Amino acid sequence: MERLFYFFYQYRAFFTFLALELFAAWLIVENNQYQSTKFFNSSNKLAANIIGTTQGIKEYFSLRKINAELAGENAQLRTRLEQRNQSLYTLEIREVDDPKIINRFDFVSAKVINNSVERFKNYITIDKGALDGISPGMAVISAAGAVGKVKSVSDHYAVLISLLNTDEFTSSMIKRTNHFGSINWDGKDPLYSQLNFIPRHANPVVGDTVVTSGFNAVFPEGVLVGIIEEVSLGPEAQFYDLKVKLAQDFSSLAFVEIVRSNLLEEKDSLEQVTIGESK
Amino acid sequence: MSRAGIWQFLSFFIYLLAQVVLMKNLVLFNTAFCFIYIAFILFLPIETNILLLMVLGFLLGFLVDIFYDSLGMHASALVLVAFVRNFWLSRITPQGGYDAGEGPTLAANGLQWILIYTLPIIFIHHFALFFTEAGGFGLVWYTLSKVFFSTIFTLLTILLLQYMLPGQRRS
Repeated sequence: MERLFYFFYQYRAFFTFLALELFAAWLIVENNQYQSTKFFNSSNKLAANIIGTTQGIKEYFSLRKINAELAGENAQLRTRLEQRNQSLYTLEIREVDDPKIINRFDFVSAKVINNSVERFKNYITIDKGALDGISPGMAVISAAGAVGKVKSVSDHYAVLISLLNTDEFTSSMIKRTNHFGSINWDGKDPLYSQLNFIPRHANPVVGDTVVTSGFNAVFPEGVLVGIIEEVSLGPEAQFYDLKVKLAQDFSSLAFVEIVRSNLLEEKDSLEQVTIGESK
Repeated sequence: MSRAGIWQFLSFFIYLLAQVVLMKNLVLFNTAFCFIYIAFILFLPIETNILLLMVLGFLLGFLVDIFYDSLGMHASALVLVAFVRNFWLSRITPQGGYDAGEGPTLAANGLQWILIYTLPIIFIHHFALFFTEAGGFGLVWYTLSKVFFSTIFTLLTILLLQYMLPGQRRS
């Protein structure tokens, strides 16, 4: 026994090293789990305060651009609203009567205080949290298109898992052909992502629009993801390799909207019941 | 606590803030990162106990991780740095040994020595960090290029700081 202790004592540096590394490895694995309410990330109050101050200073340098983008978005929304009003007027219909369906999604606007595009696993921190009704798993979009999902929240802040994260898979479809696939970033160019699992017979072409599919009920259906930029198909491959130019330029992300899906629970529990019965 | 001790205590927080406030926003060409906080572990006094080094390394890495949302990654890489540091220092002892109470600094040992000392350790740190982040060896060449350019960037920044910090210089 004494020998054993002596052995450990002799190599104490190595064993401490091993213990610390194992602990770190455990933290890494733990952190990779999707959706967690963790304290040790940038939604932590002190960390978020420091980051928020830095961002506040940085923002002054891009105010002009942000303003222009917001004004552009305003104009676009106005146009769309007017078009919708006109078409409803001529058709003399209302699409859906049930107010619950109409109000299925509502949106919370938030400011980005921390964002990166250069790493393999990029996260975004925003200045709205649990007190604003945000909870893990919600979808996040911007004026230009899909942004990501909420990973964890604190009272006043939330961390989002960006589309530019090699662990993130988003159910999407090609708008023209209605074929489903999955958007997953390859970790290289922050302007482009990959659309996987589009089968051989789908015939996508360059310029096709890729939108969220709404199959996961996190994203509303039809949120723009990007536009197909490159199509390639290996001789024996089952699926296309599609390079998608992302609609949202993540390096200049300033404001986002969190989508609260009010019927999500109902849909999930219905599906749960149905799946349970079919067994 | 001695004067040097207080300075080291403060430098812990200075390096942490420098990393998460300044360097975090400074990425060149989407590939070159600067992880200045390694300098804290690198330039602690030579006779610092390796256990203390590793604990400090873990702590600093962990705090950096909070800001980077990458829990554990910087911590594990910095513990690795702390572990190899003393071995490497004893390997490259200059003729006549180190001066007692001296940090492994540029002022004390010269440019050539400091390059031999810092370059491999920075490389090891960046290698470990980027490959854990990439989650394996799937994107070997791309990740290696990140490691390579970031090593140069960090090295240059650390050298620049060594030239600029007057408090450490002793002639």
